[in-house]
Amino acid sequence: MKWSRLIIHAALIALALLFLVPLGVVVVNSLRSSQEIAATSMIGWPGHLTFANYGQAWNHFCMAEHCWGIEPYMLNSFTLAVPATILSTLLGALAGYSIALWRFRGDQMIFALVTLGIFLPEQMKLIPWVVVLRDLSLMNTIAGLVLIHTVQGMSFTTLFCRNYYVGIPQDLMKAARIDGAGFFRIFWRIVLPLSPPILIVTVIFQFTGIWNEFLFGVTFTSGGQQPVTAALIALSAAITSEPMYGEQSAAVLIAALPTLLVYLFGGRYFLSGLTAGAVK
Amino acid sequence: MRTILPLPAREPKAGRPEVADVWRRRIGGALTQLAIWVPLAIAAGHVVVFTVWTTWVSFTASTLMPDYSWVGLRNYWAVTRTANFQIAYVNLLIFGLGFVLLTMALGLLLAILLDQRVRGENVLRTIFLYPLAVSFVVTGTVWSWLLNPGLGIQKLVNDLGWTDFRFDWLVQSDKAIYTLILAGVWQGAGFAMALFLAGLRSVDGELIKAAQIDGAGPWRTYHRVLLPTIWPIFVTVFVILLQSAIKAFDLVRALTGGGPGISTMLPTLVVYDFMFQRSELGRGSAAAVLMLLSLVVVLLPYGLYVRWQRQRQARA
Repeated sequence: MKWSRLIIHAALIALALLFLVPLGVVVVNSLRSSQEIAATSMIGWPGHLTFANYGQAWNHFCMAEHCWGIEPYMLNSFTLAVPATILSTLLGALAGYSIALWRFRGDQMIFALVTLGIFLPEQMKLIPWVVVLRDLSLMNTIAGLVLIHTVQGMSFTTLFCRNYYVGIPQDLMKAARIDGAGFFRIFWRIVLPLSPPILIVTVIFQFTGIWNEFLFGVTFTSGGQQPVTAALIALSAAITSEPMYGEQSAAVLIAALPTLLVYLFGGRYFLSGLTAGAVK
Repeated sequence: MRTILPLPAREPKAGRPEVADVWRRRIGGALTQLAIWVPLAIAAGHVVVFTVWTTWVSFTASTLMPDYSWVGLRNYWAVTRTANFQIAYVNLLIFGLGFVLLTMALGLLLAILLDQRVRGENVLRTIFLYPLAVSFVVTGTVWSWLLNPGLGIQKLVNDLGWTDFRFDWLVQSDKAIYTLILAGVWQGAGFAMALFLAGLRSVDGELIKAAQIDGAGPWRTYHRVLLPTIWPIFVTVFVILLQSAIKAFDLVRALTGGGPGISTMLPTLVVYDFMFQRSELGRGSAAAVLMLLSLVVVLLPYGLYVRWQRQRQARA
């Protein structure tokens, strides 16, 4: 019996280390000089530690013919992800509240359509967005990407909130209505105060998804307007002349940091968002 | 809309004409209607409009710009005859099956191991799930370094003295597709683990006890009792992973870029290539619609299955 426990623990630890290899390699390489990496391999212990890569990656590093590091792209990603997360969450909460608590003719049909949006591949939405963004003069702007992620994010946020609000007892609604409360007052006074658990899940899910999104970023923006995921691709493509693996590792780590931190501090909520978004 | 209970008639307050009250209620009602319908119209409307729109473009002669002259199925014939398309769907079959089955196997193994009341379960779970918090662009880039023969694992092993060691799938056109499976399994296994573990934990303890009283060992308990009980989760995980395989784009872009040559083309890359590299919007749309159809083939039976299951539960 003792032996089997030992084997189970050993297997789990071995697998965990294997899962950590890519992260570990990037962390270690971000502290090695690029010359050293090129002379040996990506996998290796630093001969001497250097933190210069981070400074280089942040605002000196050259990619796609601009030498301003990834700082502007990180700022772009924040100006994209923060408003789009807030807007899509608020609109989703409102839509979820209407569907869940104000039954009306066709509500099931509308809910089914909203849910289908989750499965609709992004490739089906590219051309309509090209036309919409062009007509609104939002091509190659962060505002255009905010619009895209707000609208598309509503599929998830509406689903999350609707499934949560369905659990609010109808008696509570009836009592509120007898007291003369209308649509907005019930939302503000009853539904929103009950919402923090689902709003946290939704915000974490949306922020992670929007920060990590790539296709729309790379299709609808270029140059200094790109979010960091789109810029990183240019980075991995541009490096052919001179090896810059140290700086690149630091850049990749910085780009991954916001969502990693969100995951570490909100892991429980992250997981429930993932399963809620996937299973339904 | 459900009939709203009549509001208790409020006494018109002194000094305020009743007309203003009526108007206030009308404006309030209009605002309510707006607050209900605008978000719903956006959330449901864009799905319908965009699907119809792209499908329509796929039947037109659009090239650089949408051009709405009808050409019937011509784009579809043209797209399905390209080497890109044919390679992409063979690859999807290899990648889809490899990725889904291996991810499920590893996820199930992790879930069963974690289910043994191990120490540090939370830390381990955090480690197995962290790849999901990171973008595919980042993980694809990192894997492209590790799998690069002149830079990553092969270089390391060669430098250590085993000079004949070869691990160069990334640059072999017949093997590169397996590197996508490798990176995909690494990224997705934690998700499968989480769903399987939640399922295992939700099985009625009485059932497990009964099996143990009958003299079933741990292997038999899983094989005969636990896994058959959670089989609906297998279906769910299978479908979710398969649909994500059909939609895979970022990972391929970052890891292989579809290469070497076009050996790791996938349906999403075909769409992108037609739309934005060749500027053939009509053909790109046809490729997108074909992608959607392959999703429907996966999701429609699943939807019916879920409905059937719900009805069965409702009857039971």
